[in-house]
Amino acid sequence: MRPVYMIGGGITKFAKAHPEKDFRLMVKEAFDYALADLPRLGRAEIDGSVCSYFSDHFTRQLKAGAMVQDYLGLCPKPSRRIEGGGATGGLCFQAAWEAVASGRMEVCLAMGFETMSRVNTWKGNEFIALASDTNFDYPVGGFYTGYYAMMVRRHMHEFGTTVEQLAKVAVKNHRNALHNPYAQSPAALTVADVRSAPLVATPLTIRDCCQMSDGAAVAILAAEGAAERLCDRPVRIAGIGCGTDAMRMADRPHGPVLLLPHETVADYAGLRYPGVHSFRGGRSAAKLAYEMAGIADPGKELDFVELHDAYTSSEIQTYEDLGLCRYGEGGGYVDAGAPFLANLDYGLDFSAPGRWRRLPVNPSGGLLACGHPVGATGLMQAVFAFWQLQGTIGKHLGDATLQLAEPRRGLIHSHAGTGTYITVSILESV
Amino acid sequence: MDKNAKLPENETGAVLFNVEPIILKYHYEIDYLHSYAQDSPFFAGLAHGKLLGSRCTGCGHVYATPRGHCMECGAATAWAELPTEGRVHTYTTCYYGGEAFLEETPFTLILVEFERVDTLFLSRLVGVEPDEVTIGMPVRAKFRRNSTFRPTDVYFVPL
Ligand SMILES: [Zn+2]
Repeated sequence: MRPVYMIGGGITKFAKAHPEKDFRLMVKEAFDYALADLPRLGRAEIDGSVCSYFSDHFTRQLKAGAMVQDYLGLCPKPSRRIEGGGATGGLCFQAAWEAVASGRMEVCLAMGFETMSRVNTWKGNEFIALASDTNFDYPVGGFYTGYYAMMVRRHMHEFGTTVEQLAKVAVKNHRNALHNPYAQSPAALTVADVRSAPLVATPLTIRDCCQMSDGAAVAILAAEGAAERLCDRPVRIAGIGCGTDAMRMADRPHGPVLLLPHETVADYAGLRYPGVHSFRGGRSAAKLAYEMAGIADPGKELDFVELHDAYTSSEIQTYEDLGLCRYGEGGGYVDAGAPFLANLDYGLDFSAPGRWRRLPVNPSGGLLACGHPVGATGLMQAVFAFWQLQGTIGKHLGDATLQLAEPRRGLIHSHAGTGTYITVSILESV
Repeated sequence: MDKNAKLPENETGAVLFNVEPIILKYHYEIDYLHSYAQDSPFFAGLAHGKLLGSRCTGCGHVYATPRGHCMECGAATAWAELPTEGRVHTYTTCYYGGEAFLEETPFTLILVEFERVDTLFLSRLVGVEPDEVTIGMPVRAKFRRNSTFRPTDVYFVPL
């Protein structure tokens, strides 16, 4: 396999509803934005595409990817659809990587969307819940927030994680998004605001949960020669990994922790893993991506992370899966301020500063604040990571507050079900 | 040829929500013939007041939520009756839900753990207030008298 680079990206503003645009026009907007940023790339030089969207129910249109392909003027080039629940965008990004890495394409477009406003919120929740086992899980729970709430309840029981620690994740991500004009729900929140919001599924309030959205995003990937020719500051995709777990979280067996290079068996003596408190698929995805990228200690070698924070709880669980801290330490990692941006005032006092190196997580605002148009989400993360590593956040967001000083390596993480499909991709500045 | 041909007129019209852009209501409904296939004995068991899990014929792994083949070794499983008493492994009370479940809110979900069973079972817990539920709490299975052949034919109450 050969090296692959990201050379361009674009996103639409994520919003509760964009009734004036259908999915084709949204993708077209994101695509045109990416092309405008890459003046040397003509459509003729794009060899094909991969299209990412989660639910046919939301569009009431099968083969919507084919309609996007023709709307963008990319027929008769190759294209296909990728679907994998919440991880659809991350899987699409990796499918485009495969197309280029294998030599099948020189330049490949990863494009994704979801238009979730076409049904009411409760119907949307139902569609999403149909991505749980329809024999045993959907008829009992019928609600993904309920599944995650049970997972974090066990996390709290095992490790002493608190609802205030969860709330601090919401404070962080919504506050970061005040500087991201693409975000759906930026807000200056306090821990009290999060806890006093309506309960959705105990202990999660509506502020602990991401919102459904309309939106689109694209990422353009290229082989080395094309990247050098077409783009002034390409970003290398240094590693990719994917992991899976049983569809029903009730089925998760117990076994040894998949250790990362900086961890030992003794770190997890007595831990019943993965249980319903940890995502083994996330650990597996991270391990593969770190091995490919040559990362021995992610907490020291990554400069930022854009992870799938569909819930505040899953952000904390994911710190542990990614090895940013050990299993059980996710709550303390938040209290210590490690995943917060250094240049923003969150109105919080951090404990134990210096226990972990500061490693901003979801500087964009993540899913909690940006919204979650499922098929676009994983690609949205790729675009924000790309701009971070290019140093062009100020140019693209019209505000450089979220730009990190010379970041070298970033991680993007996409997550489906209660951890059934998870992708991790590592991007590196060159 | 008939130059005066006309499509028939009717008064069906459309439920219009908005113009510019035009947004109209579109109803969509379907009946599925959903087969429980190899999972069927579980649902038949509920009708007889029995909670059936699976025991692997190869490695002996015991699944609370049944499955026809073992996730650990791939061998076929045999049906095995689960205890009717277990403990709350984790829980939540849902105040919102998918559309089909809104009328049932708030409802309490639990994952049940059983002695000598390797995996968990998702169910509803009734007869308790949300703040009365705790991890480790003993619970007992109850069965609906009139079977609906859904997994909610079994539910749990505090022991
Ligand atoms: Zn077995």
